[in-house]
Amino acid sequence: MVNLLTHFGSYFILLRSIFRRPQKVEVFFQRLFLEIDSLGVKSTGIVALLSIFMGAVITLQTASNIDSPLIPLYTVGYAARQSVILEFAPTIISLILAGKVGSNVASEIGTMRVTEQIDALEIMGVNSASFLIQPKIIAAMIINPFLIVMAMFLGIAGGWMVCLGTGIIPTEEYLIGVQYDFKPFTVVYALVKTVVFAFVITSVSSYHGYYTRGGALEVGVSSTKAVVYSSILILVLNYVLTQTLLI
Amino acid sequence: MIEIQALNKSFNGNQVLRDVNLSFKKGKVNMIIGQSGSGKSVLTKCVVGLLKPDSGKVLYDGQDFFAISEDERREIRKQMGMLFQGSALFDSMSILENVMFPLRLFGEMSPKEQMERARFCLQRVNIEGKENLYPSEISGGMQKRVGIARAIAMRPAYLFCDEPNSGLDPKTSIVIDNLIKEITYEFDITTIVISHDMNSVIEIGDHIHFLYNGSMWWNGDKRDILKTDNPEINDFVYASSFMAELKEKLRV
Repeated sequence: MVNLLTHFGSYFILLRSIFRRPQKVEVFFQRLFLEIDSLGVKSTGIVALLSIFMGAVITLQTASNIDSPLIPLYTVGYAARQSVILEFAPTIISLILAGKVGSNVASEIGTMRVTEQIDALEIMGVNSASFLIQPKIIAAMIINPFLIVMAMFLGIAGGWMVCLGTGIIPTEEYLIGVQYDFKPFTVVYALVKTVVFAFVITSVSSYHGYYTRGGALEVGVSSTKAVVYSSILILVLNYVLTQTLLI
Repeated sequence: MIEIQALNKSFNGNQVLRDVNLSFKKGKVNMIIGQSGSGKSVLTKCVVGLLKPDSGKVLYDGQDFFAISEDERREIRKQMGMLFQGSALFDSMSILENVMFPLRLFGEMSPKEQMERARFCLQRVNIEGKENLYPSEISGGMQKRVGIARAIAMRPAYLFCDEPNSGLDPKTSIVIDNLIKEITYEFDITTIVISHDMNSVIEIGDHIHFLYNGSMWWNGDKRDILKTDNPEINDFVYASSFMAELKEKLRV
């Protein structure tokens, strides 16, 4: 328990030093664009692939589990849309990004720590936490909503492709379901979750990387902890946000 | 000038530095020597502020480094350059970008002037034509020289070198030693070198501080260290058979 409180304390102390005014705005923006590319743009491939297949599987499973003739066929499209927008795109993709981006961030910062690169920054008079971590957090909070919107479109498109390819339900029925009873607030809810999860992934992973002590082995441990704790926090916050925003 | 007064530091009840008092002279190569585990690196980390001492003072031109605000400390740090044991060059940047980095962040120079200054510093450490290579593409000795170039880019008042010769062959060690010495005199820098390489001590040390079990045991110049009768220093200085033979010859 004491250990947990120590971690919380250190995490918030780190956050306080991260959100200081950047030393040079021009350098900050250069780093921000680099991070947008590194954390976001370079994740588009995996997000696209996952989204298409996940949308396809949701559609197949929903269609194959509807036996009753009383349930209209467009329910498949409706269920696929709701699943993708409410949970799959914001939560599952964020969990995937916690694995990909989180381990990347923790190992990058952890390696900088054990090779004294962070000490070198401090000795130059640079606020290392702000310089290294602030652009990562802001970049993820900017780019992840775009990734999630892309995941929503591709997930729904994946379901449509399955209908087209297998004929499991007519594509017209699927498209009617996709448009049926659409509430724009569900997208807002998904994007709020995405931004919160983006903050969690980058800040928790940076925290584990920044306080790495030792060598290569400890960098690996930090990287693992970053993924595990980010994922747990995403699941807990997913429940809290759902309860707060939807119920 | 840097002064250290009654510095103490311990980790989990294990006292690493005990009441250390010393001063580093301006325009000189000040060496901190001692056996492994004697507290040299901890002392240097306390002096540059990477570790906070339990008690005592570190004065930079009379300013207590740990009594001032974080922003004031950063201002003093801008006058520091440090060569790390493992060079600590930024992997994601080329050699030129590494040297330009402090200039970009703190300098008032235009990009063209930054580049000229970085090229000048690289030329000063005899690196030319390799500006676009990355740290992983150059040798350890070259990394150390780039580390020196980066450390002097901002015209520091204080240069700290942590084991500058570790992992280097004897010839490259001499090149690095000479560079440190030349740069100290040329730019009138207060240089602090941590080492346990007696060749370096004899080669470049102007003033030597010997740490023993976390305490300041002895200080003096390089002539004195060869003549002293202090048993702890003799154990350290004449540990190798070569130095022991040299001592015998000096006696004869």
